[in-house]
Amino acid sequence: MEPVLNVKNLTMNFGGLKALDDVNISVEKGQIAALIGPNGAGKTTFFNCITGIYDPTKGYVEITPPGKRPERIKGLKPNHVTEKGMSRTFQNIRLFHGMTVLENVMIGRHCRLNSGILSAMLRPGSQREEEKKVVSDSYEILEKIGLEKYVNEMAVNLPYGAQRRLEIARALATNPFILLLDEPAAGMNPQETKDLDDLIIWLRDNEDLTILLIEHDMKLVMSLSDRIHVVDYGKKIAEGTPEEVKNNPDVIKAYLGDESDDA
Amino acid sequence: MVTKKEIKQSVVIAFWFMLLTFPIMVIKVNTIKNEVIFRWQALFWTGVGTFFASLIWNYFLRLKESKKRADIKDDVPTVHRLLNTPQFRTPFLLAVGVFFLAYPFVFPMYHTSIMISALVYVMLGLGLNIVVGLAGLLDLGYVAFYAVGAYAYALLNLHFGISFWVVLPIAAVLGAICGTLLGYPVLRLRGDYLAIVTLGFGEIIRIVLENWSEFSKGPRGIPDIPPPGLFGIELGQHATVIYIYFIVIALVLTTIFFVNRLENSRIGRAWIALRDDEIACQAMGIDKFKTKLTAFALGATWASLGGVVFAAKTSYINPMSFTIWESITILCVVVIGGMGSAIGVIAGALVLILLPEYLRAVAEYRMLVFGALQVIVMVFRPDGLIKSVRKTYKFERAEK
Amino acid sequence: MRWINILLGLAVAGILGFYGIRELLADPVYFLELFLGGLVRGSIYALIALGYTMVYGIIQLINFAHGEIYMIGAMTALIVASVLGLWGWHSAVIAILAVVFAVVYSCAYGFTVEKIAYKPLRTAPRLSALISAIGMSLFLQNYVMLAQTPEFQPFESLIPDFAFWEPYAHIITSVELAIIITTVVVMILLGMLIKFTKIGKAMRATAQDKIMSSLVGINVNNVISTTFVVGSATAAIGGVLIACHVGQINFFIGFLAGLKAFIAAVLGGIGSVPGAVLGSLVLGISESFFTGYFWSEYEDVFAFTILVIILIFRPSGILGKHETQKV
Repeated sequence: MEPVLNVKNLTMNFGGLKALDDVNISVEKGQIAALIGPNGAGKTTFFNCITGIYDPTKGYVEITPPGKRPERIKGLKPNHVTEKGMSRTFQNIRLFHGMTVLENVMIGRHCRLNSGILSAMLRPGSQREEEKKVVSDSYEILEKIGLEKYVNEMAVNLPYGAQRRLEIARALATNPFILLLDEPAAGMNPQETKDLDDLIIWLRDNEDLTILLIEHDMKLVMSLSDRIHVVDYGKKIAEGTPEEVKNNPDVIKAYLGDESDDA
Repeated sequence: MVTKKEIKQSVVIAFWFMLLTFPIMVIKVNTIKNEVIFRWQALFWTGVGTFFASLIWNYFLRLKESKKRADIKDDVPTVHRLLNTPQFRTPFLLAVGVFFLAYPFVFPMYHTSIMISALVYVMLGLGLNIVVGLAGLLDLGYVAFYAVGAYAYALLNLHFGISFWVVLPIAAVLGAICGTLLGYPVLRLRGDYLAIVTLGFGEIIRIVLENWSEFSKGPRGIPDIPPPGLFGIELGQHATVIYIYFIVIALVLTTIFFVNRLENSRIGRAWIALRDDEIACQAMGIDKFKTKLTAFALGATWASLGGVVFAAKTSYINPMSFTIWESITILCVVVIGGMGSAIGVIAGALVLILLPEYLRAVAEYRMLVFGALQVIVMVFRPDGLIKSVRKTYKFERAEK
Repeated sequence: MRWINILLGLAVAGILGFYGIRELLADPVYFLELFLGGLVRGSIYALIALGYTMVYGIIQLINFAHGEIYMIGAMTALIVASVLGLWGWHSAVIAILAVVFAVVYSCAYGFTVEKIAYKPLRTAPRLSALISAIGMSLFLQNYVMLAQTPEFQPFESLIPDFAFWEPYAHIITSVELAIIITTVVVMILLGMLIKFTKIGKAMRATAQDKIMSSLVGINVNNVISTTFVVGSATAAIGGVLIACHVGQINFFIGFLAGLKAFIAAVLGGIGSVPGAVLGSLVLGISESFFTGYFWSEYEDVFAFTILVIILIFRPSGILGKHETQKV
């Protein structure tokens, strides 16, 4: 299998602090991969670097859209990365609170549409068609994620678990082939986590997605992931199947030590 | 209810304010005539005023806190609810329509003229609402684009004799170009810096207009700007005012029409997303810079159109009409009316512009009240008088 | 991109340097006058800019009403001096009392403004607090205008012309000398306050991390209030000094002075105290040369142009730290 996401020698310096140090991660098509590590290990920084929110100091990031040649995306702006087909969610939920749930998803469609100011003011037929399609497409996505009952609610008024799912719905609306999930289960109760587990598998199988997720819930990570990458202090310290990682002495030392018995 | 503790606190606050305002409120000096007047009654009124103000302030602050704690979600403003019920909607719109149609014929010219000013502010407010309310870019130099439109008409007419109707589209394009040119360097800045830089630009435009006399006729201004023509028919003074009134009404309606469409379009949603969360917005594939620039340029277009109407209406312009206060007044219209809400902005413009015109006695307190209102609205009602409501969509499948 | 910036900077510096040296050789006295005039101007900016930069450092708010605090300082001094003058007090006593009252009242206003307009908005979006600040500025201006007068009032200098300074007075007047000296003293005192006192340490801690500071027992509300008070005090001193220098004041002087000082603070790197001083001096001196050698009518245009250029090429200012947005 060829990798759809290939990150080599990724380094990010903040002043004197090396938040990421020479990290290599590659994710294969159709995989569910997890990125784990203790707090402050640089996981979210890794996401920020590959999605263009930070401009990494050094390194090489490449994605391979289905049926196309690999493209380098390091240094691109976040919106261009999303346009190329890699989309993400945020650890600290960042929904658009002044908009309804449906509109939040419609924002995700933005980069796949092209009506501009003039067509918005004059509303020719093509614009109306497009607008109709956005609404129905977005509604479909909400149905898939199971949020259709909230469709006209303001996003801020949703329960916590639903907000996390809405983040996923919004990311899906950009038509990605790689989905990056930053702690999707944080703050969820066991039932919600269970549903999330099913959702992620479903997404991989039915939407042709490759998924890379950051998660602290070890049960979820172990049951879900095909492959796990472990970082600590900005360095990658291990990689392998859940079994391999669980038994890796470096990982246990750095991170799993006290949690390995309940995982 | 008011507790004893609160009364005590308010008394302390009243004394604090009496002390605080003592030199400025009580003593009035005139260093030219070298005389000092003591106004002791001011001390008394300050005390009484701040005592009650403090009670009310605390009451509302507590109300806001308890609301926050109880997690009460504000529901849809009454106006919106009424406008969504068909039994009310039609008669209401009809009544509004009849009122504005009949207005210039029922009321004397003076009132029509004031109404024209208020309606120009509706236009300006709706334009600024795109920039501040929807896209969340605090623009304190909005008046610069207003000046662009006004001077475009005055100068093009003066030098080339170009008529109002031809200038209108030219000014719109000119406004958009100026907005883009100014936006290009400054829109990369963070929100609060943007406010100061736009303020600076507004002042620069005014200073240049004042000093570059060969171009703008300097502080003397440009007189005798002709009113809009009507197929070459000579109109009397009163008829001209009525004519301009209807032009402004038409422009306002067009503005409302377009703004409403924009708000619920792909671009409009991108503006709101940008306002709510810049980073998430970019991560959703929206080009931050381009989106900001469209909002800025579009806002400038409307300001410029407003400027043309203003020049045509007053028939005389000079740089003093385009000071920072103008920008702040328009900002007040948007903020107090309700950022992002078109109905709010319309209501805000009518209230804020008409009230001081009719309450001449308090007209000199206008800016004082504006300032206080800005603080109060931000503290107690950040959404403004009428808050914005997003469009809802109906789905048949959802009802199953 | 980086080396283009450096080259561009060097080119500009070279041209300015060449031009400056030519002018210096042509008329050294005029050059010196402009330089000292700029230094005076910069000192006043620095006194005001400190308040902006300290408040911004702690609560990330552009305290738009800060210029008004400065105006109120000058106004209070004027009122106190007039009343005492009419009562026939000794001029030295008047000068001292006027300054004391100006400082005390400005501090009180700064404190009150924070409590009314900013404290309830501490968790609100930054734009809300900024609008509230603009409202406060508008309110204070009109309050002073309505309670006093919209006209300019002559302000009799509180600083006498020193006899010993007479021979040099044509280059720099006693008042200007006093301004520069006062500014230096205030800066040293302030530097010591921030560096060595307990409250100074608390301020620095709060500027870095509000939540952490409150966890280690710092009363954040007190620190914020103190910051406003200290900033207001220096602004009031600036207000009195400029009133002595210019000789007239009205309710509107705070607006432009505040803006210029803000520009200076941004120029130096907002949030940084030494930056504010440096930025103020750079702005004051360059403004002075610009108006002296080019067009004096476009003085304010020049300041704003500098602001825009700085924000575009070096958004964090001369001494500011580059900050990365937390995601």
